Amino acid sequence: MPLFAARDPGGSPPDYRFSLANERTFLAWLRTGLALIAGGLAAAQFLPRLPVRDLLALGLLLLGAAVAIRSVVHWARCERAMWRGEPLPPSRFPTLLALAVAAFALLLAAVVGFEAVW
Amino acid sequence: MTSGEPDGLSRERTRLAWRRTALGGTAVALLAARLALTGSRGAVAVAVLTLVAVGWLALVATAFRRVRGMRAGRPPVARAVGLAALTVGFAGLGTALVVLA
Repeated sequence: MPLFAARDPGGSPPDYRFSLANERTFLAWLRTGLALIAGGLAAAQFLPRLPVRDLLALGLLLLGAAVAIRSVVHWARCERAMWRGEPLPPSRFPTLLALAVAAFALLLAAVVGFEAVW
Repeated sequence: MTSGEPDGLSRERTRLAWRRTALGGTAVALLAARLALTGSRGAVAVAVLTLVAVGWLALVATAFRRVRGMRAGRPPVARAVGLAALTVGFAGLGTALVVLA
């Protein structure tokens, strides 16, 4: 019984290099989550004290946590697909994350610009 | 992933990925520690710093064991759930500090 599965996935173990590639992808997603969390922690302590600062920090922290959760879910689903010889599950998450990061960046730019002009 | 690829490259890339992840986790731990020290005091600061230290140690220890485990034979499957939980924990700590400060 592989570690990622609560039930027997069926099929057989894939070439270990595919599992390693899946693991690297998981780690890349985890680093993305860590970067968002780092951004939230930085916003909380380095931005000027504006009402939107805490909102921005909380949003980044929660987004980072969501990315971390999603990273392990996606890793398990891909591993299961590889065991069964099925195509990897498609996902809209990268698109959604890119849009969310762009939105936060614009909000951050507005905060910094407002502070500079005010 | 070509079939002609030398055997060691996948492992090397995976080891590097673990090291980069440990680096990222260290940066997060330092930021969280700084926020705890500047934004709170007393028992709260000590509690948060302890949690940050424990989380960081767990991440670094897992990365170290995994890197070592790559050296010989077929690498075992990593415990991804624990690491994702750790990252979520860092986020939770940060959220608590933002709310408290």
